Amino acid sequence: MSEKLLEVTHLSMRFGGLSAIEDLSFTANQREITALIGPNGAGKTTVFNCLTGFYRPSGGSLVLHRDARRFALERMADHRIAREAGVARTFQNIRLFAGMTLLENLVVAQHGELMRASRFSVAGLLGFPPYRRAEKIAVGKARDWLDRLGLTDRADMAAGGLSYGDRRRLEIARAMCTGPALLCLDEPAAGLNPHESAMLNDLLRAIRDEYRIGLLLIEHDMKVVMGISDHIVVLDHGNKIADGTPEAVRADPGVVRAYLGEPEEAGE
Amino acid sequence: MSAEPAAAAAPATNPIAPRRLAIGGILKEAFLTAIVALVLAIPLVGFRIVESGGTTGLRTRFWWVAIATGAVFAGRLALGLWRGAMPPRAVTGASWFDPVARYGRRHARLAAAAGIAVALALPALPYASRSVVDLATTVIIYVMLGWGLNVVVGLAGLLDLGYVAFYAVGAYSFALLAHDLGFTFWEALPLSGLLAATAGVLLGFPVLRLRGDYLAIVTLGFGEIIHILLLNWTSLTYGPNGIGDIPRPGLFGLVFERRAPPGFTTFHDFLGVPFNPSQRIDFLYYLVLALALIVNLFTLRLRRLPIGRAWEALREDEIACRALGINPVNVKLSAFGIGAMLGGFAGAFFATRQGFISPESFTFTESATILAIVVLGGMGSQMGVVLAALLLVVLPELGRGFAEFRMLIFGAAMVGIMVWRPQGLLARREPSLRLHPRGDGP
Amino acid sequence: MNYLLQQIINGVSLGAIYGLIAIGYTMVYGIIGMINFAHGEIYMVGAFVSLIAFMALGIAGITYIPLALLLVLVIAMVFTAAYGWAVERIAYRPLRGSYRLAPLISAIGMSIFLQNYVQLLQGARVKTLQPVVHGGITLATGSFGVQVSYLQLFILVLTIILMAVFSYVIAATPLGRAQRAVEQDSTMAALLGIDVDRTISLTFLIGAMLAAVAGMMVLLYYGVIDFFIGFEAGIKAFTAAVLGGIGSLPGAMLGGLLIGLIEALWSGYASVEYKDVMVFVVLVLVLIFRPSGLFGRPEVEKV
Repeated sequence: MSEKLLEVTHLSMRFGGLSAIEDLSFTANQREITALIGPNGAGKTTVFNCLTGFYRPSGGSLVLHRDARRFALERMADHRIAREAGVARTFQNIRLFAGMTLLENLVVAQHGELMRASRFSVAGLLGFPPYRRAEKIAVGKARDWLDRLGLTDRADMAAGGLSYGDRRRLEIARAMCTGPALLCLDEPAAGLNPHESAMLNDLLRAIRDEYRIGLLLIEHDMKVVMGISDHIVVLDHGNKIADGTPEAVRADPGVVRAYLGEPEEAGE
Repeated sequence: MSAEPAAAAAPATNPIAPRRLAIGGILKEAFLTAIVALVLAIPLVGFRIVESGGTTGLRTRFWWVAIATGAVFAGRLALGLWRGAMPPRAVTGASWFDPVARYGRRHARLAAAAGIAVALALPALPYASRSVVDLATTVIIYVMLGWGLNVVVGLAGLLDLGYVAFYAVGAYSFALLAHDLGFTFWEALPLSGLLAATAGVLLGFPVLRLRGDYLAIVTLGFGEIIHILLLNWTSLTYGPNGIGDIPRPGLFGLVFERRAPPGFTTFHDFLGVPFNPSQRIDFLYYLVLALALIVNLFTLRLRRLPIGRAWEALREDEIACRALGINPVNVKLSAFGIGAMLGGFAGAFFATRQGFISPESFTFTESATILAIVVLGGMGSQMGVVLAALLLVVLPELGRGFAEFRMLIFGAAMVGIMVWRPQGLLARREPSLRLHPRGDGP
Repeated sequence: MNYLLQQIINGVSLGAIYGLIAIGYTMVYGIIGMINFAHGEIYMVGAFVSLIAFMALGIAGITYIPLALLLVLVIAMVFTAAYGWAVERIAYRPLRGSYRLAPLISAIGMSIFLQNYVQLLQGARVKTLQPVVHGGITLATGSFGVQVSYLQLFILVLTIILMAVFSYVIAATPLGRAQRAVEQDSTMAALLGIDVDRTISLTFLIGAMLAAVAGMMVLLYYGVIDFFIGFEAGIKAFTAAVLGGIGSLPGAMLGGLLIGLIEALWSGYASVEYKDVMVFVVLVLVLIFRPSGLFGRPEVEKV
C-alpha cells in the first residue's frame, strides 16, 4: 500500500511574462520511483527548483507528508526544506564539494545532527563523548555508503578527482546521507555510458527498496526511465500531458506527439 | 625567410645536448622592455617637482632616466638568458619550491614541534636581544591576525578587505576598558574579544547576500569607516591623539615595573633579582605565545567540527550547502564572528604591549598586509600563515637601513611572490577527517 | 536654494571625475573579473604627469590656455596609458588563469609599489599648481551666489565627449565588439580568432587614459595633489562602479555622479569629517536592496 509522499496541486511558475509551469498537479508516493519526463524546456527542472525552494512558486501548493506531518514546501526556505521536510536533491551539473574529500562530502551532509550533538561547537571543542559518538556514527554512515559505491579506498581523496560516473553516484550518496524522505534526482544518467547507467539503475532500485523514501527523477534516458520507474509524469511546455504507469505513458498518443513532433502532413 | 638549418631542430630529440640560446629573441625582448621603461621613466623619473619657498619649479634628471633604462635592459637580458639556460619547465607549472612544500607537509608535525621549541626557547638563545624578542612578539601578533582572517577568507571563502576593523575594535575596547574603566588585563581581554565578535556579527549582517567582490568592497568600506570614526569620534576614542598609559599585564598581581605602585609588588622584588626591562618584554612575549598556541588549538579543532566543515563547504559551493540543509546565514555570521573575535584578541594584546594606540595603526595597509599573509601562506593553511607572517614582518625589519624603500620593496615583493607562486607557499589542503590513517594511501 | 544649487553643481563636477575613474574599474572588472586595485594609483600618476606637463609647457613658453590644456591632456593620456599597460603586463597577465584572490593581492602590492614609487621620486610633500582656468558664469548673486566656473564647464563637457566617444567605441567598433565578446566568454572569443591579450591590454589602456583625464581635472580643480590621492579616490570610484552595477559603463558614471553629489551635499549640510562614511552607508543600503547595483545585471546562477 503506497502512501502519498508528495502532493503537487495546481502548481504554476511564471517568470515575468513567461509561464514555465501552468496548473501542474501530480502525486508521488512512498517507496516508488516517479519520473518526470518531457522535451527540453518542458519545465522539469523548474518543478524541482520549486520543490526544493530555489524558486518561490507563483501559485499552487506543494505538500510533503512525513511522519504524519505535513510540510507546505511552497512557503519554506530552501535550506529548511532540505533540513526539516527532508527533501534532498542532486543537480544537473553535479555540485560536489570538489576540493573536499569523499568522506568529508558525505559527513557535511549530516551537518544538522552533528551540529546539534556538538552543542554549537562547545561540546565539540571540549571533546565531550556525546559529540564523539555522534561523529563516529556519522563517519560510519558515510563509510557504509562508500562501501556500497565501492569507493572506500578513495575516501580521503578529493572529490574532484573522481570519474564522472563516480561523481554522480557520490552526489546521490551525499543526498542520501541527509536522511531524506524525498530524493529528487536531476538527470542522474546524463553523460553515463550503458554500464554506468545500469549501475545507476541498480542503485536507485536498491534505495527505493531499502529506505522509507520516495524518489522523484528527471530524466531523458528512456532506458533508465522505463527500466526503473513505477510512475511517470509527462510535461510539455509547462503542462502535464500524461500521468500513469510506464506502459500507459508509452502508449499515450499525446506523449508520442510531444516527443516526436506532429506527423508530416502530405505536401508539407 | 631563410629555411632553418636542420641542426637547430636537433635539441628537441636530444635533451642532453646544450640548447642553442635564441640570443636574437632575448635581445629583442630586452630592448622592447627597455623602451617601455624609458617611456615610463621620462615623466616621473626625468622630472622632479621642487618646492622652494612657496613656488614650484621643475628640475630635470635625464641621466637618471638613462640609468633606469639601462638597468631594465640589463635586468631583462639577464632574466632572458637565465630562463633560456634553464631546462624547459613542465607545463604543470611545478617549481623548485614544490619539493620543499611537500617535505614540509609530510613532516608538518615535526616542523610544528620544532617551531614551538624554538619559540619557547627564544629569549634564552644567544643573540636574542630585546629587539629580537620584541620583533618575535610582533610576528606572533600578526600570526594571530592571520589565523583569524584565515577563518573568514581561507576557510569560509568570504573576501574580507576590512579585517583591520576588528583589530581596532579589540585594541580600542581593551584600551578604554583598562584605561578608563580600570579593568585588568585578564578581565579586559575576553571582553575585547567579545566586543570584536559582536562587531563581526553586526558587520556580517548587511553583507550576507553579497557576491564575492561586492562583499570585498563593502568590508573595505567598513574598515575605512572604523578608521574615520576612530579619528573623529573624539569623545569616545580620543581622536588622533590616541589613548596612552594603557596598563601592562602582570603575573598573578606582580607588576613588571622598576618601582611598584602602592599595594603591588614588583616582579623583580618578588624574585629578589635586579630590575631589567627585558623581564617585561620576555613576559609579554610568552604571554602572546601562549595566547597564540591556544588560538591555534582552537582554530584547528574548529576546522574538524561541523562548523568548520560547513565553512569550507560554503566556500566550495553555497547552493549545494543550501540543498543539504545548511543555513548559509548562520555559517557566514559564525565565520565573521569568530574571525573578528580572534582579531580582537590580537588587538587587545597589541594595545597592552604598546601601551599606547592611535588611529594610525589601523589603516587599510594593515588589512592588506594581513590578507597578504593569509594568501601568501596558502589559504587555509595554519603553518603557511606562520611562514608568511615571518617573511612579511621580518624582511622589512631587516631592510631597516633602507627605511624609505621599505614599503616600495614590500609592494614589489607582494607582486613578485604572487606572480611566482599564486597558490601560496603551503597550498595543499589537508582533509579535516580521515577514514584511513595517514600514510595508508593518498 | 542657491546654496543647494551650488552644492549640486560642485557635486556633479566632482562626480564626473569619480565617474571617469569608475569607468576604468568597471571595464576591467567586466572583462577579466578582477578588481584593479592599482587603478587609483594610475589616476594619481595621471595627476602627477599632468602637473609636470603643465610646468614643462610653462617653462617652454606655451601659455595659450586651450592649447596648453590640449597638450597636457594628450601627454597625460599617453604616459598614463603606458603605466596602465605595464601594470597589466607585469602584475595581472601572469595570474590570469589563477584563482580570484591572486591578482587581487598582486594588485594591492602594485598599488603600494606605485604610491611609494611616486613618493620617492617626487617627494612626499603636496604639490601645487597655480590656477590655470579662471572665471566662470554667475547664475545668481547674493549672499549665497551660484557660480559655474569655466573649469567646471570644461570638466562636464569633456566628460560628456569622452562618454560619447567610448560608448560609441564599445557599441560600434570591432574593438568594442571584441571587448564585449571577451567579457562574455573569453575562451570562445579566442577560438573565434579574437586576440584576447590585445583586447584586454586595450581595455586597460582606455581605462588608464580616462583615469589620466580625471587626474588632470582634479589637478586643475583643487590645485593640489599628493601621492596619496589615488587611494582615497580609488576607493570612492570603485564604490561608484559597484553602486552603478559593476560591468556597466553608464552605471559607473551614474555611480560617480551620485557619490559626488552625496559628498558635496553631506559636507555642505552636515559634517565634512563623515562625508566618506555617508558614501559607504549609501553603498551598503543600495546593495542590500539591489545586490547587483543600480544597473548591474543580476547574476543568475543556473541551478
